[in-house]
Amino acid sequence: MGKVVLVTGVARQLGGRFVRRIQREPEVERVVAVDAVPPEHHLGGADFIQADIRQPGIARVLAETGADTIVHLDVTGTPLGSGSRTSLKETNVIGTMQLLGACQKSPSVQRLVVKSSTNVYGSAPRDPAVFTETTPPKSLPSGGFAKDTVEVEGYVRGFARRRPDVAVCVLRFANILGPTAETPLASYFALPVLPTVFGYDPRLQFVHEDDVIEVLRIGSHEPRRGTLNSGTFNIAGDGVLLLSQCSRRLGRPTVPLLLPAVTWAGSLVRTLGMTDFSPEQIRLLTHGRVVATGQMRETLGFQPKYTTAETFADFARSQGPGLLPPQALAGAVDRIADLPLAGGGHLPTQSAN
Amino acid sequence: MADAKVIPFDDDRSRGSAVQRRRSAGNRRPGAESVPVREVQPLPTRAAAQDDVPVTSEEQPPEPSGDGEGGLERRIASGLAFLRRRLTGDYEVDDFGYDEELTDQVLMSLLRPLYDTYFRVEVKGVENIPAEGGALIVANHSGTLPMDGLMMQVAVHDNHPAGRHLRLLAADLVFMLPVVNELARKLGHTLACAEDASRLLQQGELVGVMPEGFKGLGKPFADRYKLQRFGRGGFVSTALRAGTPIIPCSIVGAEEIYPMIGNAKTVARLLGFPYFPITPTFPWLGPLGAIPLPTKWTIQFGEPIPTDGYPPEAAEDPMLMFNLTDQVREQIQHTLYKLLVQRRSVFF
Repeated sequence: MGKVVLVTGVARQLGGRFVRRIQREPEVERVVAVDAVPPEHHLGGADFIQADIRQPGIARVLAETGADTIVHLDVTGTPLGSGSRTSLKETNVIGTMQLLGACQKSPSVQRLVVKSSTNVYGSAPRDPAVFTETTPPKSLPSGGFAKDTVEVEGYVRGFARRRPDVAVCVLRFANILGPTAETPLASYFALPVLPTVFGYDPRLQFVHEDDVIEVLRIGSHEPRRGTLNSGTFNIAGDGVLLLSQCSRRLGRPTVPLLLPAVTWAGSLVRTLGMTDFSPEQIRLLTHGRVVATGQMRETLGFQPKYTTAETFADFARSQGPGLLPPQALAGAVDRIADLPLAGGGHLPTQSAN
Repeated sequence: MADAKVIPFDDDRSRGSAVQRRRSAGNRRPGAESVPVREVQPLPTRAAAQDDVPVTSEEQPPEPSGDGEGGLERRIASGLAFLRRRLTGDYEVDDFGYDEELTDQVLMSLLRPLYDTYFRVEVKGVENIPAEGGALIVANHSGTLPMDGLMMQVAVHDNHPAGRHLRLLAADLVFMLPVVNELARKLGHTLACAEDASRLLQQGELVGVMPEGFKGLGKPFADRYKLQRFGRGGFVSTALRAGTPIIPCSIVGAEEIYPMIGNAKTVARLLGFPYFPITPTFPWLGPLGAIPLPTKWTIQFGEPIPTDGYPPEAAEDPMLMFNLTDQVREQIQHTLYKLLVQRRSVFF
């Protein structure tokens, strides 16, 4: 008998991609895709059930389909379409509570995979440079998506305690980027000019969409020999990019602003509803965040295909050229190099000795 | 308790008793200076001779390279290549945000004039730093502004034959201040916490720590060269867990760059700083008062203290930790007094 996989949050690109991917697995018999709104993309023949996970009706869906593997992807930072922050928070927190309540009553559930985020660590200057899964955050996120994820993880831990027979896998993803990713950071990088915080150059880590799909697939199966896929794992590509590097590779100029001005501008932009530039986003772009991925490699047995830099390069390709394309700058420097000696004479002073 | 080490006061065997005597009289240092100077005379010359070689080898090449056309062209080409990488963001930083290229090419060159001509840092015992593998350098901290850490970083990089990079552990205040935190991260500094320190040591990096922290940095001028409490000795257990040697390091000269004669505690509290220094020049002359005094510095790296002989559970033994902390502290203090006795004057 094959597995029945129930996936939430399929109206988003990531959920849709995962549903299409998981159907190709030989041991999967049926995929049940759940979301409150019908998806705009096709689901590759999965059974779509329109159900709001904030409502108790999700328990009936679970009982009727007899799902044994639940992949909870409906924990997101950006509202879908015109949704507000309040409804997003409800979906994140109340939706998780309802879903976990339904799982607890369902005897068929054997495996639960939850999409979380490295946002749970917060970002503060007093934090260690690299977070491991066990690092306690120095400053708990005070609101926004980060607080949602902290609460979601709290409920998931409670569920894992009450149903020790269910394998629970919490995946803390770094900033997800890729050609189709719809994350707050992706919309930030799409701005023509990047506002940054003056005097701070945060370290950022990215994970590619393809790797996200792959690690979700690993999480929703029986663990391979020698690995363990229940527990909490940081998922991020290798290496680190500084925000200044990102802007240069993207070819977008930066506007350094003083921290109070950024906070003020952020709240203004949020009020106008232009972008979801939330306080925790500003904190991330101030202090940065890097997580250790040793557990992901050794315990979960997952090797990401893309490093942080490759993920960003793939994302940058999908974006239009910026105002200062790196190729143009490189070409300009090369032209200076081709000039007779006198032209480039003053340049090496800033670097050579 | 059997592991407790007796601190060898007689590093230089011949003058063991003299040093011990001097150490107890160390607080009244200026008075004790005249007599022992003669018997210690050979040391500075030997050290200077051994020190001259790496410094000149670092210093000289850029000068003669300018005489040939090829040299200049090569420099321009490498400068442009550097500029190109910088402008296009095509460079690497590690997990801690350490930008090796920027540090080597730009930031170190900015610090070097201060190191070479202003403080005229003399480095001794650089051979005590292993050529590879992790090691924890523990140094005294002084001078109101953490200039000594930066100078130690330049000292290690410029004098060590393997050109090793020192990764300093800095206070959380550093990472709260704009600009400062950015530069600190790019210079390879990170927050002084056990997680970061052990991660760096396990990567085989050379880690520098100043366990006195603000207590040492902001101590009054009257307490100069008197080591403060070494935190809670967390650095010892971190080194022990990683099995890396501890290298005591004594820095002489940093104490006098900003003689702190007072501490405006109210101002400090208002600004959120641990202290607000008042020096003979500082708030009075405005920014001019922030220019450090051009003291002559000596940085001595001591004999490494191995930590790999202990069982893994030793890091949990507080008594052993206290003993080792004291051993490191005594060794630094002892070397400080020795260097002070050898010093001819504060400025030369």
